[in-house]
Amino acid sequence: MSTDFDVIVVGGGHNGLTAAAWLAKAGRKVLVLERRDKLGGAASTEELIPGFRFNTGAPDAGLLLPRIIQELDLHKHGLDFVDSPVAAFAPQPDGSAVTLWRDAERSAFEIATFSASDARAFLAFQKQNERFAEVIASLAQLRPFAISNNSIRLMTAWARFALGVRRLGRRDMMEFLRVLPLSAYHYLNEHFESDALKGLLASFSTTGLMQGPRASGTAFMFLYQQMGGANGGYRSSLVPRGGVGQLSSALAHAAQGFGAQVRTGAPVQSILVASGSVHGVRLSTGEEISAKSVLSSVDPRTTFLGLLGAPQLEPRISCRLRSLKLRGSTATVHLALNGVPDFPAATDPQLLTGTIVICPSLDYAERAFDDAKHGRVSTHPVLEARIPSLLDPGYAPAGKHTMSMIVRYAPYRLREGDWESRRERLADLAVETLAQHAPGFLSLILDRKVITPLDYEREYGLAEGGELHGQMGLDQMLLMRPVPGFIGYHSPIAGLYICGAGAHPGGGVTGAPGLNAARQANAELR
Amino acid sequence: MADRYDAIVIGGGHNGLVNAAYLARAGLRVLLLEQRHILGGATVSEEIYPGFKFSVFSYVVSLLRPEIIRDLQLSRHGLTILPLESTLTPLPNGDHIYRGPDPHETFRNISRFSTRDAEAYREYGHAMYQMAKAVKYILGIRPPDPTSFHPREWLALLKLGRHFLGLGEENLYTLVKLMTMSSADFLEEWFETDPLIATLSASGIIGTFLGPRSPGSAYVLLHHYMGEIDGVFRAWGFQKGGTGGVAEAIASSARELGVELRTNARVAKLLSRNGRATGVVLENGDELHATTVISSLDPKLTFLKLADPSDLPDDLVNAVRNFDTYGSSGKVNLALDAAPDLACLPGDGAHLRGAISISPSVDYIETAYDDAKYGKFSRRPYIDAIIPSMIDPDMAPPGKHVMSCFVQYAPYKLAEGDWESQREAFGDAVVDSLSQYIPNLKKIILHRQVLSPWDMEQQIGLTGGNIFQGELSLSQLFFLRPAPGYAQYRTPIRGYYQCGSATHPGGGITGAPGRLAALEILKDLRK
Amino acid sequence: MPIPTPLHSRTSTLCQTHEWRDWSGYLSAATYQPSHETEYFAVRNAAGLLDVSPLYKYEVSGPDAARLVNRVVTRDLAKCQVGQVMYSPWCDQDGKVIDDGTVARLAADHFRLTAADPSLRWLQDVGYGMQAEVRDVTTQLAALALQGPNSLAILRRLFPDPRLSTLRYYHLLQTEFNGQPLTVTRTGYTGDLGFELWIANDYAPALWDALMAAGYGYGLIPVGLAALDMLRVEGGLLLIEVDYTSSLHARIPQQKSSPFEIGLGWAVSLDKHDFIGRQALLKEKKGGSPRAFVGLEIDWLDLERLYGAANLPPMVAGRASRIPVPLYASGKHVGQATSMVFSPLLKRYVALATLRADCAQPGTELEIEVTVEYVRRRAAARVARLPFLDLPRKKAVSRG
Repeated sequence: MSTDFDVIVVGGGHNGLTAAAWLAKAGRKVLVLERRDKLGGAASTEELIPGFRFNTGAPDAGLLLPRIIQELDLHKHGLDFVDSPVAAFAPQPDGSAVTLWRDAERSAFEIATFSASDARAFLAFQKQNERFAEVIASLAQLRPFAISNNSIRLMTAWARFALGVRRLGRRDMMEFLRVLPLSAYHYLNEHFESDALKGLLASFSTTGLMQGPRASGTAFMFLYQQMGGANGGYRSSLVPRGGVGQLSSALAHAAQGFGAQVRTGAPVQSILVASGSVHGVRLSTGEEISAKSVLSSVDPRTTFLGLLGAPQLEPRISCRLRSLKLRGSTATVHLALNGVPDFPAATDPQLLTGTIVICPSLDYAERAFDDAKHGRVSTHPVLEARIPSLLDPGYAPAGKHTMSMIVRYAPYRLREGDWESRRERLADLAVETLAQHAPGFLSLILDRKVITPLDYEREYGLAEGGELHGQMGLDQMLLMRPVPGFIGYHSPIAGLYICGAGAHPGGGVTGAPGLNAARQANAELR
Repeated sequence: MADRYDAIVIGGGHNGLVNAAYLARAGLRVLLLEQRHILGGATVSEEIYPGFKFSVFSYVVSLLRPEIIRDLQLSRHGLTILPLESTLTPLPNGDHIYRGPDPHETFRNISRFSTRDAEAYREYGHAMYQMAKAVKYILGIRPPDPTSFHPREWLALLKLGRHFLGLGEENLYTLVKLMTMSSADFLEEWFETDPLIATLSASGIIGTFLGPRSPGSAYVLLHHYMGEIDGVFRAWGFQKGGTGGVAEAIASSARELGVELRTNARVAKLLSRNGRATGVVLENGDELHATTVISSLDPKLTFLKLADPSDLPDDLVNAVRNFDTYGSSGKVNLALDAAPDLACLPGDGAHLRGAISISPSVDYIETAYDDAKYGKFSRRPYIDAIIPSMIDPDMAPPGKHVMSCFVQYAPYKLAEGDWESQREAFGDAVVDSLSQYIPNLKKIILHRQVLSPWDMEQQIGLTGGNIFQGELSLSQLFFLRPAPGYAQYRTPIRGYYQCGSATHPGGGITGAPGRLAALEILKDLRK
Repeated sequence: MPIPTPLHSRTSTLCQTHEWRDWSGYLSAATYQPSHETEYFAVRNAAGLLDVSPLYKYEVSGPDAARLVNRVVTRDLAKCQVGQVMYSPWCDQDGKVIDDGTVARLAADHFRLTAADPSLRWLQDVGYGMQAEVRDVTTQLAALALQGPNSLAILRRLFPDPRLSTLRYYHLLQTEFNGQPLTVTRTGYTGDLGFELWIANDYAPALWDALMAAGYGYGLIPVGLAALDMLRVEGGLLLIEVDYTSSLHARIPQQKSSPFEIGLGWAVSLDKHDFIGRQALLKEKKGGSPRAFVGLEIDWLDLERLYGAANLPPMVAGRASRIPVPLYASGKHVGQATSMVFSPLLKRYVALATLRADCAQPGTELEIEVTVEYVRRRAAARVARLPFLDLPRKKAVSRG
């Protein structure tokens, strides 16, 4: 049977594009179909306010696997990173601040000003985390194994990985196993005494999770966020020059350079299946395009219950997809600013070039989560704000700036009211919270654009606004990801693969699911 | 010399007693030392008020290992576990969910809320049976050391792997979910009726500092399903005469096997020479000698108080300091002038002979947890109440009753004030919460005993007042319990062992840590 | 505690023996009179009336109703026209039987299913994403079974509807009783001519009375579960949790059965589009099933010989036995008899059995375990064709 393409990739986010580029490079005839008019999905840079550009969803691409940059030659296609010596700056309620630098020694030096014992602990802690994060990074590039019938090649890869873990040494290995299921709350409390430092570090331990730092498994997320290395103790957070969207364009260029076709404004309505095998897709225009394989970078629930349809699946599988925990918990407030906000605690304007974090203690983060747990927007939200225009002038007109603020928590399901009525309230809470540390901040705001979890669902196709395509708790990892019964990047439908964040290793701008799925699909292409 | 023993067991809780009995059974001369005037630790019955007997702390039995019942002939020594077969969840709107021993009746009762749930309930019980079967194996083995290169450990790991693969794919998935999910999430995959989810999820939080929505609480759900009474899975029971009867039975068996049981004997320090245990010294200064010393106390006491931390490696001392023993549960024991009368089911009935669970919604328990997270006792707590005198009339004078209320949450440390000053306020919160469903309660209370985790620490020496001697979280289970590298009951001091609930497989009246530790000790002695 | 059925006001006054059984949580008469054989013979020679309300009943309706039901059952629903009833098992994704029951097609997009076990969850889960509604009508709809050679005549007295006489086996008729909708299906669990009547709870007692009145002079008596058990074994009809275990309740995989293994291979339409378990069943069809469901006849003379050696006449239960008994071929265990009865009509001692496939040919000589005066013996038995009793009247249609 002749088909139009070897592979159709549904969704032009960074994972879909990574998969497409890799498969095209491998000589496959590839078509990428993106619903929106532009590529990038939640990793894009858009002019949300006239004259001002914003990193719409993901604020950076610090977790991107280096091998993707190399193998796809992304530097040649325009990818380059802007760096700041500052990782994070966390103003405190008492007017002081904690700064984490890319240089951990410098951070320790700073920490020593408020806690000598924390400063001592910090360097050792940081080194241990780097070792652990490295293990997780190598895990991210492995295909999960099945319970039985694994290929020898896969088992060898896992054996190599196990050996790597053992090479950590007896003590580290035990500690690694102990820390994985730990909560960030316990992990940080075991090492530090200062609320400010613990709060700052805890701020990224719940990235994308509908969980507070007390939740078991958040220590894993804490380590996962450090996978990119060279982060000085904060999460890996390098931004591509020109914005996060630049990564998507570089990937798209690379894919097209290898011969892939990329169509935007082409929403897939359904994935076509005959006798248990995929054979193409139908667009909402009614156009049918055939392919030997389909890789979906759309979240698993939408892919299988929406595009494919539950009646194509065994009931137990569709039940699991229904109970897949997506649980969007994050909103973003994008601000056009008339100038640089003035943080009295920022003794040096350079301090604002990293991430500005409002999370003064573990309890602060936990209380913010409590609100969300009961279906409310956090009254005192955890904020991660960036002013990318400080280092990269392309974001805003001269003299003006853009700020993107990740606001947590913003539960997808509100117990009272709806997102239409709560949207502005959330933005008010966020800017007012920040303004407490930056007097005059409110008067700098020229305009704002709020993206709620509901918007992420409607505009960007993230079901329930879940940026991770499935919460990365310990129960939705490895062979449990996205749901039990999907082994690796396979789905129960032959020729249909998941290549988005819903697959192992999960969310974040890593490119790992795209890369891994592409390799698997390529090996199995008929 | 009269003061010389083969083995000295510190602490006369059920694990210490089991350990001592097994050692004596192997022919050792064993002395057991208990600081209180009474044996049992948290497994005691006391007549707090004349005529009213209470299972002061631990109040239900379901986990006692059948091999221990057989080996120590506990039935002959007085172990009599009466069935506790129903759970009633009264609801604020005057309705209730009653689950009893008749599956069809339970089906109809749940059907009033959701037929899907009624159907799922049977399958859920079935799945949990499979899980209990899967985990039962782990309860009976010493945790292997995954970092060791010793062939014995590899073999043990291999056997463990084979056991799990043998469960089949679907069971393994369920097991992974149980190990990692929150109890509410796990249950929501089965059920849609909130009060049913709440009541079932409550057994996932008992004794832990977790809420029903905290990941990791599903495992505790299983822990509470693993009970066997004479081979019957997942049956809760009540020891005739109160929980102390369990300890008394083990003590009687130990005594018969030749164990010397000494009460009012508080150990001050472990004696050791050249990295070898040689005995203990009591608080009164008496020195007692033995080549083997076993502590059934929690690791903070075992390693930081009894032993000299400077004799121990840093990683162990650190791990023990970080070992989470933060207590979360309280207990309110009530002596009642008459039988409680429930608003939802007035008068006498089978429901009074089972558990009454104040768990009207997941949010209710979760909110109770929120209070505790920031150092307050729950203003509206989760309560698991039973009326032992309904099942065993000897517990109270004729016509009168005792009611045992297990309460969550009561954090070990209060943010404001201390337990000495807050205790009765906590008791009031419990009685108020119960009164909403039991209107006659306040009128019939004759006496009230309120116990916080702090009281448990004071009275029976549980550090932090954690009823499991340490949180049952993934980071503190199996080969990580109580500390990585020290999960095989041995300590860095030769001849010094641990056998309490803080060792594998953990808390609850299982006796398993005591037995497994004894088996390891005997292995060492045979060398 | 079992609770009364909607017909309890009638059955309880008739149940002289007070011998009740718990059927799905309902009080069901095991026998009404001291002799269950009287009840048995009423069905074979005249007519019997049974209260079968405890059956689980579901209604599926909506544009995708046929698609849903067809995805559940193993038979091809395309062959079930409006007005027809179909018996079928249904399976899980591994092709193991969950339950068996009947599907009545009330309209093109409206079905009524009966099941032995609660099935709402399964039906809804299979139908997730389809435009169909599944309703549990178990507690709203009563069911009466009128069975036996006189059943048609009795019904005709009550309902002058001419369609009754020509109602074919496994077809249904929608009519009214006291102004209430009543469904009559020509179905049953006795292997005889018979009907089942489905009506809303509140009107069931009146219907019972009317049937009993119409049956006066036709030998109609109420019949309990003890007689039913004998009738269904003669008819070769299997019973869940006795002759096979639902895959939802099996404790170990070996306890599960495919339709091929419980004699329902004929009800598996592998060539219809897709249904749950199809892939696994295709594979099993190709590779063969390890077990088979058969009839078994125990050699009476051999039984007499065994008991005779103990100076006893053969001690066989007058009622059907549901205790599984091991079967042997050349000394090796090859299966078990799961339901056993001495057929009063055939005067044969017969059983339903599950056997290793290679021993399942009719005529194969086996041995069955018999306990004679506390000692285990083995009696000769032979694989027989099912059903033991095949009555032409069961399916016959009168011409007028």
